[in-house]
Amino acid sequence: MTKIDHSKATLDSAHSHGVVPDVSRAARKTSFDVEDLPVPTGREEDWRFTPVSSLRSFFEDTPADGHVRWVVDQLPAGVSLTEVDPEEAQGLSVRAPGDRVSALAAKHTGAAMVLDIAPSVEVAQPVEIGIKGTGDNVRGQFLIEVGARASATVILDYQGSAKCGEFVSVDVADGASLTLVVVQECDQKSVHLAEWVIRLGRGSKLHSSTATLGGALVRMNTSVAFAGEDSRADLFGVYFANSGQHIEHRTFIDHESPRCRSRVTYKGALAGETARTVWVGDVLIRAEAEGTDTYEVNRNLLLTDGTRADSVPNLEIETGEIEGAGHASATGRFDDEQMFYLQSRGISEHEARRLVVRGFFADVIQEMGVPRIERDLLRTIEARLEDVDD
Amino acid sequence: MSAHETHTLDIRGLKVSVETKEGPKPILRGVDLTVKSGQTHAIMGPNGSGKSTLAYSIAGHPKYAVTGGTITLDGEDVLAMTIDERAKAGLFLAMQYPIEVPGVSVSNFLRTAKTAIDGESPKLRTWMKDLKDVMARLKMDPSFAERNVNEGFSGGEKKRHEILQMELLQPRFAVLDETDSGLDIDALRIVSEGVNRAKEATGAGVLLITHYTRILRYIDPDFVHVFVDGKIAEEGGPELAERLEAEGYDRFLVAT
Repeated sequence: MTKIDHSKATLDSAHSHGVVPDVSRAARKTSFDVEDLPVPTGREEDWRFTPVSSLRSFFEDTPADGHVRWVVDQLPAGVSLTEVDPEEAQGLSVRAPGDRVSALAAKHTGAAMVLDIAPSVEVAQPVEIGIKGTGDNVRGQFLIEVGARASATVILDYQGSAKCGEFVSVDVADGASLTLVVVQECDQKSVHLAEWVIRLGRGSKLHSSTATLGGALVRMNTSVAFAGEDSRADLFGVYFANSGQHIEHRTFIDHESPRCRSRVTYKGALAGETARTVWVGDVLIRAEAEGTDTYEVNRNLLLTDGTRADSVPNLEIETGEIEGAGHASATGRFDDEQMFYLQSRGISEHEARRLVVRGFFADVIQEMGVPRIERDLLRTIEARLEDVDD
Repeated sequence: MSAHETHTLDIRGLKVSVETKEGPKPILRGVDLTVKSGQTHAIMGPNGSGKSTLAYSIAGHPKYAVTGGTITLDGEDVLAMTIDERAKAGLFLAMQYPIEVPGVSVSNFLRTAKTAIDGESPKLRTWMKDLKDVMARLKMDPSFAERNVNEGFSGGEKKRHEILQMELLQPRFAVLDETDSGLDIDALRIVSEGVNRAKEATGAGVLLITHYTRILRYIDPDFVHVFVDGKIAEEGGPELAERLEAEGYDRFLVAT
């Protein structure tokens, strides 16, 4: 078990547990011009855990080949889904892409999809969208625009079989509230590299849950910027990697406004030879972000031998006038004592494992806020666990 | 106890080693002990004498390797059983340091255990009532059932939770490993009453492991065994506990 917990990190003890060659996380290049973002070698801080040699086609500036199908039943009043051309999408994006794959996705998207929630609309029913990619070189950009004081729950369910590079922009305007649920269940050959850039306006709320289960290689690089004061972001993540899967989550919380609160909680389980996960959580508290309150945590449960979980929290603090800043990371195996305790009450080893894994994920799954998806996710995790026992 | 069936837990020549970095280290060096339904045996002795090792060995903790001897329950070979099979056969261990299980609620844990031991799920209405009643008698707040197993419990809450399990799971034999440690006088009384209730209700045999005589004011032992250096050094009735209270364990330590 490796474990760190610095729940009371302050300016004095601001530190980093990984190599951060960037002067600051804020200094990282962003651009819509693909030429500004060179092909990564794998030594860069933001690519060092990713098997870039297997991703050559993703870095090539070639037209897309394949397509993404959006499946939507019926949109409630005040919600629209439209196509815009790449130039318009570029203008709407909350910021430019931060890596070559997403810059290429924006360039070659063809039409970009825009999901728009009109100002002041309170959408009671979740807006559910199935996203199905097909093809070996899929590029796509889409945008979610939440109008001022609007509130909505958006569920994105990724399916299909594709190699897909994606750039997603989310704009949550002043006083708006967005609950976002992203479920990743692409088939076991899929490769999905996505960059999400999220901007939160003054007094807004983001509650985001990500469940990453499918795909041979999935990389989700999510940035949240507090553009206005008194906002709040809660990011939850659940992932399960079996043999042959590489699942990577990167989060960057940019506290650039006063009195914002962020919580990042990601939990993963790994099973089988070569199962691999990466979590890198960057938090930047800028000088102007007084009154910031931030905490991030990552936990990994290694269910078998041969797995590898990397967990890197980074905290940069430029002001001491904050409410709190901390992070924790722990990676460990099934606890023998927990198993003994449960079994000594007559519970079989199989059932005890199920209880422990359910319990491990329980708090993050409960945060999804959509009961049907919570149930499905627990069932999927239990099915994956059954495979481990065989 | 005549209303209950009589069962026998028989320990013969038990030798147990524990895995250490320097290799296996012998702890128990030949223990003989017979416990029958309705009896309470106090196992006393200085720290490091092997009392807890005996408790864990009966329950089947993988850290302890049995290198000789037998444990049988009504003639059935306990050592051949897995951990959960031992619990289903009627053995229960109240632990000195109960383990936290994050994300698993007390109520879910108890119902899962009860279902496993009985081989069928308890009837919901009776179960809820039983749980509520036993918790009330152990002076546990109803909200306790929704907390995660042992997570953030105080020392006293952990021990009450162990005895709650004993009352609900109704074992044939309960091993109580230093259940009295870390309890204030009120908690000790409440927990002891729980043990006595469970015994009365089911006629269970009890193996009460303790360093101090304090708990014996609330739970009357039929037999007292003094453990020294992995063996029973002396046996007797309740009067032996009184003598230990007065003289301590020095007498035995000098003798070895």
